[in-house]
Amino acid sequence: MVTAVTNLGRSGVYDWLIQRVTAVVLTLYTFFIVGFILSNSPLDYATWEELFSQFWVRIFSLLALVSLAAHAWIGLWVVLTDYVTTLTMGSKGTAIRLFLQVVLGVVTVAYTVWGIEILWGL
Amino acid sequence: MNDKRPVNLDLTTIRFPITAIVSITHRASGVLLYAGIAVLLWMLQASLQSEASFSELKEVLANPLAQFIIWVTLAALAYHLVMGVRHMIMDLGYGESLEGGRRGAQLAIVCAVILIVLAGVWVW
Ligand code: HEM
Repeated sequence: MVTAVTNLGRSGVYDWLIQRVTAVVLTLYTFFIVGFILSNSPLDYATWEELFSQFWVRIFSLLALVSLAAHAWIGLWVVLTDYVTTLTMGSKGTAIRLFLQVVLGVVTVAYTVWGIEILWGL
Repeated sequence: MNDKRPVNLDLTTIRFPITAIVSITHRASGVLLYAGIAVLLWMLQASLQSEASFSELKEVLANPLAQFIIWVTLAALAYHLVMGVRHMIMDLGYGESLEGGRRGAQLAIVCAVILIVLAGVWVW
């Protein structure tokens, strides 16, 4: 059995809701970026750079990054707790899953920090 | 912890109707997308760093292998997004009958395939 200690919202209902709110944010952001690129094609550096120099675009991007982190954490938690458990892997299941969670957590934090660096550090 | 709690699903005995295929591929596309984020962030960085790195990126994007990787990432995004929207429409209570679920799955596959092809056209 899997207990709810490593999931983001600490309860399935919160996870479910966060998963949907972040999905909506990511969808809007995807449309925004794809729409911008398509309507400014062929894209040149000045237009692109000008877009991301705007404060609200950076905030929107940051929101997308944070949403991504939460969404991916919840999503991957669900996947891991389905396939990597004591039921599927024997007694080491929980240890392996926790290890994978740590790895994914590190990657997720790295993505987020990297994204912030791109947006603000340049 | 009470170990006698029932196990509700034996995943190994389950067969796959279209709705299940759509569900598992939504999952697979989500996991793939997670890796694809590295590609997208890398492109964002190269595109914003400087004028020079922007044109370098454009050159890289002319390489078929790079194009393929980007297309796979965009395809995963398109597929995951369409199926995610389908999922949330069903969360709202639409199309939850057996027939509705099948129709929705078929419709979503058609949308996803169109988007994936368009993404390919876009990249190449
Ligand atoms: C951009 C990066 C994204 C990543 C890395 C990602 C990853 C994931 C993963 C791994 C899952 C778990 C799949 C499962 O449990 O079967 C998931 C679930 C989900 N994703 Fe995404 N996703 C992303 C974007 C999106 C977008 C744009 C949408 C928009 C509709 C979306 C909608 C959903 C929904 C609704 C679920 C929940 C499915 C369920 O409850 O079973 N995701 N995502």
